[in-house]
Amino acid sequence: MDNRFEYLEHTADAKFRAYGRSLEEVFENAAYAMFNVMIDTSTVAAEISHEIELSSEDMDGLLFNWLSEILFVFEVESLVFSKFIVDRIEQDEGGCRLFARAMGEDINLSKHKFGTEVKAATYNDMKIESTPAGWMIQATVDT
Amino acid sequence: MSEENESSVFNMLKKISDNIWEVPMDYKPGMRVPGRIFVSEHLLSILEKETIDQVANVAMLPGIQKYSMAMPDAHLGYGFSIGGVAAFDKEKGVISPGGVGFDINCGVRLVRSNLSEKDVRPRLSKLLDDLFETIPTGVGSKSRLKVSDAELDDIFVNGVQWAVDNGYGVQEDVDHCESGGNIPGADPSKVSVKARKRGRPQIGTLGSGNHFLEVQYVDKIYDEKAASVFGLREGQVTFMIHCGSRGAGHQICTDHLQILTQASRKYNISLPDKQLACAPAQSPEAQDYFKAMLCAANYAWVNRHVIMHWTREVFENTFSKEFGDLGMHLVYDVAHNIAKLEEHTVDGRKAEMYVHRKGATRAFAPGHPDLPEDYRDTGQPVIIPGSMGTPSYVLCSTKAAMDISFGSACHGAGRVMSRKSAKHELHGEQVREELGLMGIQVRASQPSLIAEEAPAVYKSSSEVVDVVHELGIATKVARLLPMGVIKG
Repeated sequence: MDNRFEYLEHTADAKFRAYGRSLEEVFENAAYAMFNVMIDTSTVAAEISHEIELSSEDMDGLLFNWLSEILFVFEVESLVFSKFIVDRIEQDEGGCRLFARAMGEDINLSKHKFGTEVKAATYNDMKIESTPAGWMIQATVDT
Repeated sequence: MSEENESSVFNMLKKISDNIWEVPMDYKPGMRVPGRIFVSEHLLSILEKETIDQVANVAMLPGIQKYSMAMPDAHLGYGFSIGGVAAFDKEKGVISPGGVGFDINCGVRLVRSNLSEKDVRPRLSKLLDDLFETIPTGVGSKSRLKVSDAELDDIFVNGVQWAVDNGYGVQEDVDHCESGGNIPGADPSKVSVKARKRGRPQIGTLGSGNHFLEVQYVDKIYDEKAASVFGLREGQVTFMIHCGSRGAGHQICTDHLQILTQASRKYNISLPDKQLACAPAQSPEAQDYFKAMLCAANYAWVNRHVIMHWTREVFENTFSKEFGDLGMHLVYDVAHNIAKLEEHTVDGRKAEMYVHRKGATRAFAPGHPDLPEDYRDTGQPVIIPGSMGTPSYVLCSTKAAMDISFGSACHGAGRVMSRKSAKHELHGEQVREELGLMGIQVRASQPSLIAEEAPAVYKSSSEVVDVVHELGIATKVARLLPMGVIKG
């Protein structure tokens, strides 16, 4: 099992916990966990870099936007990803901002092994926590 | 389920009758009305406690009428439970995307034919190959139907009528869709550029997950009279389409969920679950969502309609006859993820309310003006899809549904096993073989998908339908058995 994330039981949807040493890293691993629901990421080469910049009123909103944006780019640009790099997350009175890159390649149905289609990110039972061991994100995605 | 779970679930609820269980007001602080869960004792014993929590959460939202309800196929969702039904006062209530879900107007349609099982069985394999080839399925699939931005607006506003005007299907199809396949009031200016980008290439695509196109035959008739009104008879071949509004609907929900999350704070609505974000029904935020949601609803009807059209074409080619000569009439099309402004009677008072159905089928009483003329005296067909290896049912609505459940019934069998466990415990190829032994052929892009959607991951559709029948919300008309299915 990958120590970056683990899947939890949920009857209808996919629920996971991601871990990281920093807020940036736990956001990276949350995206990675979600993408692994959809595709075997070991079949995806990290050839193309797609820049993503987002903002939100609060951290939950930023996570929701981040996961939603990756799903949007996947569907509209026909890109699949295997690596996420969050360069920086900023938080102040004005809200939260994220600067990141998603690395992957064009969809190739003969090469990529797809799993379950993720329809959307949700706020359901969402958690972003700082623990003595590092950061933890819990999220549920609609499948 | 463990004995511990059983006893705890039963202790928490009050039994009203064999199939009605009440979630009392003191179950959770802040509940404005009790909850009502429509399940048999056995179905209750396999219900997750969290599902009951979700029913209670919905009961806390402002302006909720009568009860927060859950249909017999209820299971854990996000925001509302799956199978959740709630109505909110038009003025004092709220509208919540959490009561509709991301796949806006996910629904089912049933098309009959005059072919018999014996006609189709020898050609089934080729028929399924051709359907799998013709109907785009699976993750990332794109349609061969390309529409412009102006056409997309037209689809958002006019629904199925757009399809018929553009050569897909015939006028009589329109009347056999819930709400005529077109709810007025949709406003494309409330739909983001992102949602348009996702929606434009996906009209006529099945998608993935639990969505399917199934070739079936009528194996049993329970109600001869209603069956003949719906044009159903024993041995007849039918096909069923289950899908929704694809990326357009997912993005519309995503966009407006963010707006309504902020609106909940602005209007000081305390939320037991962030996924229940909502705003006062007449606020600009709620109305903007509603008008965008209707665009997705109309889009979904077009999506199912175009898939039906292409399926009719495949049957035409296979049997060298026009679909009219094959008797391929649309029986009915129902939405099961939607919010609608409807008139209902509460405490003897007729009023308009926003009824949210999340994984629940509308079941309007005989005589209701929204029913097509040919069905009006009989009642609305309620179409309940089974899972891959299990029967689907056609039921007929009754007057009781209006009193018991705001004119709503269940929408399917309801999952009992997670996709994660299914993939762990079941193997796609083995499930495919077992289904083959039952005479059911499967075409799917990924074997893992067959495992995820295997019969064992769902509750028994018969058990769920029996509760609906016994409650009298809708009564059984016909049972359909699968012959072949195509999936993402």
